[in-house]
Amino acid sequence: MTAPDFDPIVAKYPSGNRDALIPLLQDVQQQCGYLPREAVVRIGQHLQLPASKVYGVATFFNQFRFQPLGRYHFQVCRGTACHVKKSMQTLTALQRALNIKPGQTSRDGLFSLEVVACLGACGLAPVVAVNGEFHAGASPDLVNRLVRTLRKEAKVK
Amino acid sequence: MMTLEINGRSVDVHAGDTVLAAARRAGIRIPTLCHYEGLPPSGACRMCVVEIEGQRGLVPSCAFPASDGLKVQTHSPRAVDARRTLVELLLANHPDDCLYCARNGECQLQELAEQLGVRRRRYFGGRTPGRLDIASPSIARDPSKCILCGKCVRVCEEVQSVGAIDFIGRGSKTRIGTAFDEGLNVSSCVNCGQCVAVCPVGALVETRAIDDVRAALADPSRIVVVQHAPSVSVSLAEEFGLKPGTDVDGPLVTALRRLGFAWVFDTSFSADLTIMEEASELAHRLTTGGVLPMMTSCSAGWVKFMEQFYPDLLPNLSTCKSPQQMLGAIVKTFLAERLGLDPARIYSVAIMPCTAKKFEAGREEMGRAGQQDIDAVLTTRELAELIRMYGLDLSALPPDAADTPFGERTSAGKLFGASGGVAEAAVRTAHYLLTGQSMEAPKIQALRGLDGIKEYRTTVGGLDIGVAAVSGLGNARRLLDQVRAGRRDLHLIEVMACPGGCIAGGGQPRSASTEAIRARMQALYLIDRDATVRASHENPAVKRLYAEFLEKPLSHRSHELLHTHYERRQPVM
Repeated sequence: MTAPDFDPIVAKYPSGNRDALIPLLQDVQQQCGYLPREAVVRIGQHLQLPASKVYGVATFFNQFRFQPLGRYHFQVCRGTACHVKKSMQTLTALQRALNIKPGQTSRDGLFSLEVVACLGACGLAPVVAVNGEFHAGASPDLVNRLVRTLRKEAKVK
Repeated sequence: MMTLEINGRSVDVHAGDTVLAAARRAGIRIPTLCHYEGLPPSGACRMCVVEIEGQRGLVPSCAFPASDGLKVQTHSPRAVDARRTLVELLLANHPDDCLYCARNGECQLQELAEQLGVRRRRYFGGRTPGRLDIASPSIARDPSKCILCGKCVRVCEEVQSVGAIDFIGRGSKTRIGTAFDEGLNVSSCVNCGQCVAVCPVGALVETRAIDDVRAALADPSRIVVVQHAPSVSVSLAEEFGLKPGTDVDGPLVTALRRLGFAWVFDTSFSADLTIMEEASELAHRLTTGGVLPMMTSCSAGWVKFMEQFYPDLLPNLSTCKSPQQMLGAIVKTFLAERLGLDPARIYSVAIMPCTAKKFEAGREEMGRAGQQDIDAVLTTRELAELIRMYGLDLSALPPDAADTPFGERTSAGKLFGASGGVAEAAVRTAHYLLTGQSMEAPKIQALRGLDGIKEYRTTVGGLDIGVAAVSGLGNARRLLDQVRAGRRDLHLIEVMACPGGCIAGGGQPRSASTEAIRARMQALYLIDRDATVRASHENPAVKRLYAEFLEKPLSHRSHELLHTHYERRQPVM
């Protein structure tokens, strides 16, 4: 992989003021799906902030991740309705099935996991979205089956 | 004049005072954990809460401006109970291993728990997980002991303008860490140790070298040589309950001998040697159109700061090694030769007020034939620990003098311990080199004191010379930016990484007040005032070393042993 070029993104914020930090992080994540290390350093240079500070701010917010998205990106809803419908058990099951924690990507690059506050589909609780496609009533059983299906699908393709 | 009422007594207030400052001036101790003199209040720890009439809740006194007629209760039952609860909550997820902690007996959290009468555990919280970070040659971090007061983050960013560490994560998962949660060794940390000096608990400590030194002392095949830095003799006393500013140079030498060191040398000797080389280099640059302003290179934290943040100005940095490394090099070459010893048998220890010196000793430039010139560096605090471990009573030890040939020093070398001292010593010798005469009044008041940036202008041999002495890397950054922007009236810039210089170094006795640091500084000035030989070029031992071994300053051999060069360094910044 060649070194990614963040200059075009950085150039959109010529002032170099520190209030551009979060928009910059969002733009990079939009483009790359995550925050590459080089981007954190580059943004720090542009805004004259230490990399530790940029990293500190980025880790404060759940929306930022530091590993590339997997081919199948799981979003587990942990909103109130889903919580009442035992989404915690779903999350635990997924962590075990994928062997990763929220924010991480599996080593084969197949799966990534994210916890979100609410997907806005409380009627379908507990909800899990895979690459944006919603799965209603996502019990541990259902997500385990889903992971098995996706693994097979990935082998075929 | 404003007055406010604290605990029923009337107290005078200075303009701009906080309630905390007013109370302290009135002799009332309000405990703090996150308060940092000289920086804006952060109000993070809430230990300083007080009751103020008319305010609904308890207010943090560190962040509350004092005003006329305010009625304050600092130790009301409510305030004291709140503090005790805070300590109990901090302890809820703090490891219970005080007996094994590096800060046992001098931990501010331990002290508060004791003072506030915490005698049992009421809250049980999950332990803060955290990996030990022992990758740095200078500083070790234990995040599980961290109470998140944030002082290390603030001193690193706001005082030193380095910003190697920050708060990572959020809520109960918050921790202090470097960029990408990696080791300090690959971060932009310059190893100055100011974070270690301000940490109230055992989360930040120096990388210990005590065990290595003891092993060497116990090994009969090794000749263990020690040197002690100029500022150590005026700060060590505080570790033994003596008054700040007490000079224990003589007893210190005795203690080192009784610890088993075969040779005891004084780094102030090689400070004189540094001045010979550095002043010659300055005179050379001044008279031949060299790169100016020349910047001193004794402070290891400052050198790394330059390599990282101002690589374009590296040609300005003096090529002289620091006194520690100069003496290290001379011991393993000249002394080894004189004694007919294999240098590999010599184990060279340096007692330093500094954590960055541990890093410096391990730099690849600092040795020859695969051997480092300095094998171990102990901080002042570690030396105190060693002295206590060996059951020596510093205040009862008779004085002794360091060994020849590297024990003789002038007071100019001793001045290296305080900000401005290197510049003052350099001017004294540069004056001699440029005019052939010593200065009539060697004391340079403009370069003395605790100001962050001090400037001095003089004319020597028809040359106008501008000198600046800076301490604290944030101040250095301000001056460097002026130089980058084209400021041309300075010829010599002395920088010490720690605010006030080595007397306030990251390896010195902790929790020193400004008064204590001023007392250490004053002790060095007194040594200079009372000395008979006050300029490095008059040091007979240095003259002898040149005559017998080095020939003259900036000679080929000097360059080989006493000089080096530095290169751009790109850690994660």
